[in-house]
This record gives sequence, C-alpha cells and structure tokens, in this order.
Amino acid sequence: MKVLVPVKRVVDYNVKVRVKSDQTGVELANIKMSMNPFDEIAVEEAIRLKEKGIATEVVVVSIGVQQCTETLRTALAMGADRGILVQTDVTTESLAVAKVLAKIAAEEAPGLIILGKQAIDDDANQTGQMLAGLLGWAQGTFASKVDPQGDTVNVTREIDGGLETVALKLPAIVTTDLRLNEPRYASLPNIMKAKSKPIANKTPADYGVDMTPRLTTLKVTEPAKRQAGIKVKSVDELVAKLKEMGAVA
Amino acid sequence: MDAETFGLLKDQLARYVEERLIPAEDAVEDGDDIPADIVAEFKAMGLFGLSVPEAYGGLGLTMAEEAQLVRTLCRASITFRSLIGTTVGIGSQGIMIDGTPEQKAEWLPKFATGEAIASFALTEPGAGSDAASLRAQAVRDGDFYRISGTKRYITNAPRATVFTLMARTDAQVKGAAGISAFIVPADSPGISLGKPDRKMGQRGAKTCDVILDDVLVPAANIIGGVPGQGFRTAMKVLDRGRIHIAAVALGMADRLIETSLAYAQSREQFGQAISQFQLVQAMLADMEVDRLTSEALLERTAARFDAGQATNRECSVLKLHASEAVGRIADKAVQIHGGAGYMAEYKVERFYRDVRLLRIYEGTSQIQQTIIAKAMLRGV
Ligand SMILES: Cc1cc2nc3c(=O)[nH]c(=O)nc-3n(C[C@H](O)[C@H](O)[C@H](O)COP(=O)(O)OP(=O)(O)OC[C@H]3O[C@@H](n4cnc5c(N)ncnc54)[C@H](O)[C@@H]3O)c2cc1C
Repeated sequence: MKVLVPVKRVVDYNVKVRVKSDQTGVELANIKMSMNPFDEIAVEEAIRLKEKGIATEVVVVSIGVQQCTETLRTALAMGADRGILVQTDVTTESLAVAKVLAKIAAEEAPGLIILGKQAIDDDANQTGQMLAGLLGWAQGTFASKVDPQGDTVNVTREIDGGLETVALKLPAIVTTDLRLNEPRYASLPNIMKAKSKPIANKTPADYGVDMTPRLTTLKVTEPAKRQAGIKVKSVDELVAKLKEMGAVA
Repeated sequence: MDAETFGLLKDQLARYVEERLIPAEDAVEDGDDIPADIVAEFKAMGLFGLSVPEAYGGLGLTMAEEAQLVRTLCRASITFRSLIGTTVGIGSQGIMIDGTPEQKAEWLPKFATGEAIASFALTEPGAGSDAASLRAQAVRDGDFYRISGTKRYITNAPRATVFTLMARTDAQVKGAAGISAFIVPADSPGISLGKPDRKMGQRGAKTCDVILDDVLVPAANIIGGVPGQGFRTAMKVLDRGRIHIAAVALGMADRLIETSLAYAQSREQFGQAISQFQLVQAMLADMEVDRLTSEALLERTAARFDAGQATNRECSVLKLHASEAVGRIADKAVQIHGGAGYMAEYKVERFYRDVRLLRIYEGTSQIQQTIIAKAMLRGV
C-alpha cells in the first residue's frame, strides 16, 4: 500500500509572529519556516507503517513556494521515499489544495492519505475533509491511533466525549491529532542522503487546478492584550466574584 | 555541502538542542551523568560522526561546518558536547590525520556511529603544559610494545573504547622526538581507571586517571606506523582542537548573552527594567563585542584551516581569544543577574563554572600566548 502525505510549510511554531503594520497579514520576511507540526506527525505515522511492512512507499507532497522543497527534504530525511512539489506563489487555500491533492491521488492511487488535522498558520482544519469529499473516500479525522487491517483501517478519533474508533474502507483519508505519535528527529546522515531522493516539480496547471484565492482577508490584528487581574483572599470571595460577573450561577 | 542540506542539518540540531537537551540540563547536573536515552539519541542522530569522512560512514564535515554545528550544540550545557567531543575531535583525529589506511578502516566506521568512543591521553601527573616531558614508557617486545605509565584528567576515559595514547618509545631521546602515538583498546589487560575526578563544573562529563601496567599493544598500533612521530601527531590534533574549542566557546556565549538579555529586560529596579541603566547596557555591549570578535576569528581560521592555510599561531590566537572572551561574557552574565546569578536555579551560575575549563585544557592561555609570541619572534 502506498501512503500519500501532504506537508505544508508554515511559520515555525517557536516564532512569535508580528502583525504587519498595514494589517494584511503577519510579517514573514526573515522568519524561520518549518513543517507544520501536525504534518510531521502524519509523516511519522506513514514511516512507521512502512517500518511495520504495511506501507510499501511513502510519497510526500507540498503545495506552495519553491522553498517548500526544504519541507519535502525534511520529510525525506525522516524516511519518506520521494516528493512532489506543486509550485505556486499565490496564497494556498484549502479547497484549491484539496483539488490538487485529489488529482495527485488519482494519479498515485495511494491506499491511505494522511494529513495534519490543521495547519498552524490559518488553523482552517478542512483540507482533509474537503479532499475526502472530492474523492468520495471515507475519512477518519483527529486520529490518535491508526491501525490498518487488510482492506480497512481502524482509526481511533479524539472527540469531545472521549475516544471513538471507526473502521474505514480503504482507500481512506486520515487526519492526525497531537497524540498520534511523537515524530522522530531526522538523523544527520539521513538528512544528507535525502539530497539524492527524487522530488518531482509540478505546477497547479499540470493538474488543471486554478489556485486563484477566493477569500479576501479584511484585516489581521494582534490578539487583545490581557487585562490585569485581581487577587482574591478566599474561595468564598472567588465564588462571590464569579457570581457577580455572571460566570457561575 | 550545499547550503540547503547544511541548513537542514543545523536546523534539526538546533531543534534537538532546544526541545531535548536544554530541558535535560538540570538532570545531567543533578545526576552527574548523561541519561542513557540521550546517549542513544546522539548515536541515532549521527552526532558522533560529524568529522569522520563520508567514505567511512561519517558526515565528512569541513572544519567550518563542524564549528557551526558544535556552536549550535553548545547552546546546551557543554557536558553534552563532552560526550562526542573526544570522538569527533582529539581522540580520533590522530588516526584521521596520520593513521594508516588499515587503522582508518578499522576505527573510523566505529567512531562514526558511536559504537566506539575515543579518548585522548597525553597529560600525566608530571607533564601538563610541558607535554613533551611525558614519562609513560613503551618498550619494544617483538611485534609488540609493553606500555606502563599514568595519564591524568583524561576526558571520557570511563566511556572510552580506545585511547589515542602518547608514550615514549625511545628512552634515550629526551623531549618530543622520543614520543609515539598508540591506538590502545580500553579493554587491554593491564589498564585500570582511577576514581572519577570531582570537578569545579561540567558535571556529567567524565575524567579520571588512566593507569597502564605493562599493557601489551601491537607495534602495528602506532599511529601512522612510524615511531617517534607521536608528539607531532598530538600537536596537529590540538591545532584542530583549538578551532573546535572556539566553537564551543561561541555556543556558550550565545546562550549566556541570550539569557542575560532576557533577564535584563525583565528584572526591574528603581522602577524600570535594569536594561535601561547605561552601566548594564555597557556590560551587554561588551559581551556582544567579545562574541562577534570571536566569531569573526573563528570563521576566518576555520576557512583557512579547510584551505590548508591555517598556521598553529592562528589556531592559538583563536583559542586564546575565544576562551578568554567567553570567560568575560560568563562573568558579566552573572553580574547582570545579580544575586540570582549566584544561585544554581539560574543557569548562568552553572555556565560560569563550566566555562572556566576552556582557558585551561588543550593548552592553557599562557601556553597559547607562548606559542603566539614564539611564532612572532621566529617570523612565522
Ligand atoms: C576537565 C579536564 C579535562 C581534561 N581532558 C584531557 C584529556 O582528555 N586528555 C589529556 O591529555 N589532557 C586532558 N586534560 C589536561 C589538560 O590539558 C591540562 O590540565 C593542561 O594542559 C594544563 O596542564 P597542567 O594541569 O599540568 O597545568 P600546568 O602545566 O602545571 O600549569 C600550571 C600553570 O602554570 C602555567 N604554565 C605552565 N608552563 C608555563 C610556561 N611555559 N609559561 C607560562 N606559564 C606556564 C600554566 O599556564 C598554568 O597557569 C584535561 C584537564 C581538565 C581539567
């Protein structure tokens, strides 16, 4: 079974982003970029499936600017077999990305597509779901366990009430949650070997997809500054205050 | 190496340092050892193989590249570096620089994976700065040598698989010309280790005496195969080591400056952040001058080393400057932290103790000054 893993290049999670003065977005110049952490979990899961002999090949794909090759190289260094770069300079929106991925899925015929549940830049949390819709495949989102059995895959999902396990017919879409696994550090020799793994260079036009953004960002602002709090002396006073503010009945 | 690949290497290491090593520092300090899972991760990540040529399974980094990664690594406690330090550097370099093809084929692949850990045994109770006066004796016995003597303060001796060990093969020849460098497996009968040294800092890094009592070593284990070359080999190793130590100093400087800057901006006295006081700013500025001058010198010397042009005078200038500079930086870091800087809870206290060693080992500051001035006087 082939496993396809889309990976997004995002602002590194350690970076404190600043809003641009014209409020059109966040400052990206000279900012450290890395693989979306949820996608890293997806890559790790795919590699583990390969190490268990369940997956035969792990293909990673990134859609975005030329520098996404770095993101692909990171995935290749972790253990993926080959990469596909779909190069575009426009802002990538979920639906357009899902359309490109659907075309790649048709070409590559993977048994599983594992995506991050969301990207930490726009927190959209919809690409996997849209892709499942476009392909008409089963989907298991927010996975904390992925267990392929023959022509199905059991996916344990983190939901509000606890854990839910669903059996999906393959091929299927899985999106990863934080507790699925702890991604490995790529070894330094593997980072060097990743240099010789193939990356195919494509454009959205190769897949007949129009990437033109359909959403308009009106304004991006900093989160509101936290107001200073007050200290209470006792639990009684705390409860009284909460009641006063209508936080508890 | 191409810039993109090297960038990935450095990023990956920086992330490992931030996410794994810095949080583990206190455990290393309190336990006086590096946890086994971190040792295993170092091996899995290929950190032991930084300097081993690619043909032998390592990364084959240039000196300039190695220096950048060592600097990155040394943002975390220098104790972590000590784990790989001797295998990447002084313990293995004798074989890498002057070893025979057979010696390289036997040892370098094992160094690259961390399967074998190398130590460097030059210093003796009676021979420190004056290393050429060392007394360990190697007496020829057929195809073997019998080595007896005591080596002192040997880093990683308790962890070592093999020693690059300097001993006198020609008792008649006083000084450097009578010395040979041997590859001595640590499990050779007749080798025993002293008690672990109790040190001022770098807890978790291991040093101790290595005592050799009639240890039988094949003559084929003389590095390069020719007796009498050992001191020259050791000096080449130390020249390279001095560049490595400067990279260590810069990594520590990075962390000390970053920590001091954050503290100065958050600590308030007299109704404002202490970073607003010009006397505190002067300390910060002096720290930055010491860092950037070390960095400039390191980049230049490493590049010249890679081009085969660095002289030992330049290596000594770099080591002297960078180790003294980071000493000043650590001192100011403690000062900026005030009383907190004297407390173990704040990391600068540990860095202050750890960094002191840099001015002592691999040639004291006075020995560097001596090397530099003698070279100047000789006109080289
Ligand atoms: C933690 C630690 C780890 C070490 N690891 C290793 C290792 O792995 N392998 C190894 O072989 N060695 C190792 N060493 C030994 C180290 O290299 C020596 O301690 C160092 O070279 C100084 O030698 P010494 O201690 O005998 O001091 P001494 O040589 O006795 O020096 C004492 C003082 O006299 C000064 N002095 C000496 N000679 C002169 C001179 N000609 N002119 C001016 N001043 C002079 C020195 O600068 C110093 O200030 C280690 C030491 C330490 C502390």
